[in-house]
Amino acid sequence: MPEYKLRINGASHTVNVDEDTPLLWVLRDELNLLGSKFGCGIGQCGACTVHFEGAAVRSCLIEVSTIGESEITTIEGLSEDGDHPVQKAWLEHDVPQCGYCQSGQIMNASALLAENPKPTDKEIDNAMSGNICRCGTYVRIKQAIKTASNQ
Amino acid sequence: MTKIKTQYNRRSFLKISAAAGGGMLIGFSWLTGCVSGGKTEEALAIPNEWFEINGYIKIGDTGLVTIYSPNPEIGQNVKTSMPMIVAEELDVDWNNVIVEQAPLNTGFYHNQVAGGSQSIRKGWHALRMAGATARRMLLEATAKAWGVEVAALTVSGGIIKEINGDRTMGYGDIAAQAVAMEVPEEVELKDIKDFKLISTSVKNVDGKNIVTGKPLFGLDFKREGMKLAMIQHPPAFGMKVKDFNEAEIKAMPGIKDAFIVDITVPEPGYFDEKGYQQLVAIVGDSTWQLMKAKKALKTNWEAVSELENSEDHMKRMEATLASGEMHESRKDGDPETAFKNASKVIERTYSSPFLPHNTMEPMNFFANVTETSVELIGPTQTPQALEGSVSKLLNIPIDDVTVNMTRMGGGFGRRLYVNFGVEAAAISKQIGAPVKLIYTREDDMTQGTYKPAYLTTYKAGLDENNHLIALSVKGTGLPESPVFENRFPAGTVDNYLAEKASTKTNITTGAWRAPRSHFIAGAEQSFLDEVAELAGKDPIDFRLELFEKAIKSPVGKRNDYDAERYAGVLKLVKEKSNWGSPMPGIHRGVAAYYCHNSYVAEVVDVAMEDGKPKIKKVWCAVDCGIVINRDAAVNMVQGGVVDGIGHAMYGQLTFKEGVPQQTNFNQYRLMRHSQAPEAIEVFFVENDIDPTGLGEPGLPPAIGALANALYQATGERLYHQPFSSYKPLLG
Ligand code: FES
Ligand code: FES
Repeated sequence: MPEYKLRINGASHTVNVDEDTPLLWVLRDELNLLGSKFGCGIGQCGACTVHFEGAAVRSCLIEVSTIGESEITTIEGLSEDGDHPVQKAWLEHDVPQCGYCQSGQIMNASALLAENPKPTDKEIDNAMSGNICRCGTYVRIKQAIKTASNQ
Repeated sequence: MTKIKTQYNRRSFLKISAAAGGGMLIGFSWLTGCVSGGKTEEALAIPNEWFEINGYIKIGDTGLVTIYSPNPEIGQNVKTSMPMIVAEELDVDWNNVIVEQAPLNTGFYHNQVAGGSQSIRKGWHALRMAGATARRMLLEATAKAWGVEVAALTVSGGIIKEINGDRTMGYGDIAAQAVAMEVPEEVELKDIKDFKLISTSVKNVDGKNIVTGKPLFGLDFKREGMKLAMIQHPPAFGMKVKDFNEAEIKAMPGIKDAFIVDITVPEPGYFDEKGYQQLVAIVGDSTWQLMKAKKALKTNWEAVSELENSEDHMKRMEATLASGEMHESRKDGDPETAFKNASKVIERTYSSPFLPHNTMEPMNFFANVTETSVELIGPTQTPQALEGSVSKLLNIPIDDVTVNMTRMGGGFGRRLYVNFGVEAAAISKQIGAPVKLIYTREDDMTQGTYKPAYLTTYKAGLDENNHLIALSVKGTGLPESPVFENRFPAGTVDNYLAEKASTKTNITTGAWRAPRSHFIAGAEQSFLDEVAELAGKDPIDFRLELFEKAIKSPVGKRNDYDAERYAGVLKLVKEKSNWGSPMPGIHRGVAAYYCHNSYVAEVVDVAMEDGKPKIKKVWCAVDCGIVINRDAAVNMVQGGVVDGIGHAMYGQLTFKEGVPQQTNFNQYRLMRHSQAPEAIEVFFVENDIDPTGLGEPGLPPAIGALANALYQATGERLYHQPFSSYKPLLG
């Protein structure tokens, strides 16, 4: 199996995996970074969202061989101690129900705000619609994004 | 003053001991507790296992209180709200309370079931009893130490004070001595008006772990030396596996083993799924390599029963309704004559399709089967049922099977069923090693245990004064009828008929959030909207008239609802939503429903934007008795609304030759951010009634209120789910 050197959450990791292995399974199986979740495996649910050079991507669709030197950030690396404004806003609005989708929602929302600090409702909808919440916490997610955008 | 017993037939609900590391440990039985003085006691036949100690409170010598929550967290927030009840009676500051998931392998989790919104309702008395007893014992120990009467003491925030003196005692300082006190036979509970914590909003105790991505879920569980496994079930209901390209699969990179497992449990119980019993299992070390091996499977399947189609499903249900084989489950008055004499008669038929649960976290389970024991860890709502099935399948005594629960990425009824856990055990047994079984989304969505499909016809007759004089409901489903004969509108109409029948299918079904109610509420509430329109009445006033009748002169012997509380939520939603004062561009629909012991009325506001309906706001009025954790309760109701609306709009699973046609979220539509209501406001009826759950009741009325609002917006009555298949809604 080929060897890959990856830059994840500011550290360098070496893994030996098939070249078509999706980043999601490198994170979960090889690196024990279990915050990125598996929901669909086809880029439809957003549970596996991570940052790729700062942009939100679906890690279930990114083949490890295509990553190269690019900087990856997962929920574990979003902040030191859960104190990213988006995480804080999530706690303030007590968003989660089952919680399974939330790391993906947070990663997507934080990428959105990094690029567009004051998104309109429409922009939030457009950016977030790839992230399913089966428990239906959408109203709170939107409120939390707005709270974070005012930080 | 309410008193609660701490024992029953001289067996104690509680156990007290010194806590390791100092302080007091109170063990209690999470699901028991009898209120004195009421009729409850005679009626109460408490099962033996309810005496099993499965909840723990530790009062450390620092004053810190740890509450070990045995209830599995599935997203209903019970892990936060149930300890709140203990803390309330114990009179401690919530800031000094730690809620912990009891550690694995302690048996703490025994006998827990999270389903049917019942956790809170059942735990209410036991939790209060445990908190009140601990408080009483701490007070008694303090009284003894100071040589005063308990009546001379007061307590607040975990600090005991002398009423006429300066002495104070922290819980932590007296906890070790309280262990030696005798457990009182009964204790006083707080007056509801004195509640300080209950009915406030307390943040989810796992919030921080969730937003930082901690490994809380079954899928996140890992054990040194553990293998991974995936299964492949038949592609179609009615098919069975014959053989597969075993040698080829085993030769694939990273694949350790591949075989067929049989999970047929002798004498299956309610929680054993009837679906696929023989599956291809593939074992390896990497999820991705397993996924690739699954793609490379070439399996021969054989048809062992009919391969069904969705069109036939509908026809079959129609045939059931048209047949004379309906079972009359309730009849009041003389509906036949009343319909003949009615001046207006209206009849409408409603349907909803099969739906998968689609929990966000796909099914998975860890199993470690040895010669003499089985260890199971994962997201199940019914550990006891799982233990039983695995014990039967592997022929290992039930005492040697342990199940521990992880946090669950959603349930909605799906995790009441145990096959995925049994499959993990069967695979572990075969390979003789610990294993974690993982379903792909496709496995999860096509495996069965669906919400049943339903078809129901309502008929109403109005007299010349537009009074409802006759109503009938006739329902069937694949495989069960959705009709609740004793629920509203039964009891409000002099001439009433309920009929039901089942229709056969080999598609497997199971409980799906708010079973049956999720369909029948939408059908009934859309129908009543149409009847009200025919009668020329406002839909809320029309319903209130019916409840008026049920309050003053109810029809029939048994009506399974409280008409006052039902009317109460309608009145509250009417007031809060300003019903009756039209808003430009807003089209509104209303519905109310009672299920799982709670009452909910909802108003949906829809606006047309670019020719498409957009849900602007949903107003909810809820009567669930005492609200435990206010903001969490709001969250649950909001989730129920989204669930109801989302599935009614988009959800459908269709079949061709037994094959589910939607297999992942690219074909199966779930509600997304952009379609979600822009706002959902929730109001509670404030009362002193014992709390009831909120997992289900927010969902059913949303469907009727949505259909009625969409009718106002588009002029189209919606009878068949998913509503998105109606032209005006396609946009
Ligand atoms: S798991 Fe990657 S988008 Fe669903
Ligand atoms: S919180 Fe459960 S899926 Fe979003």
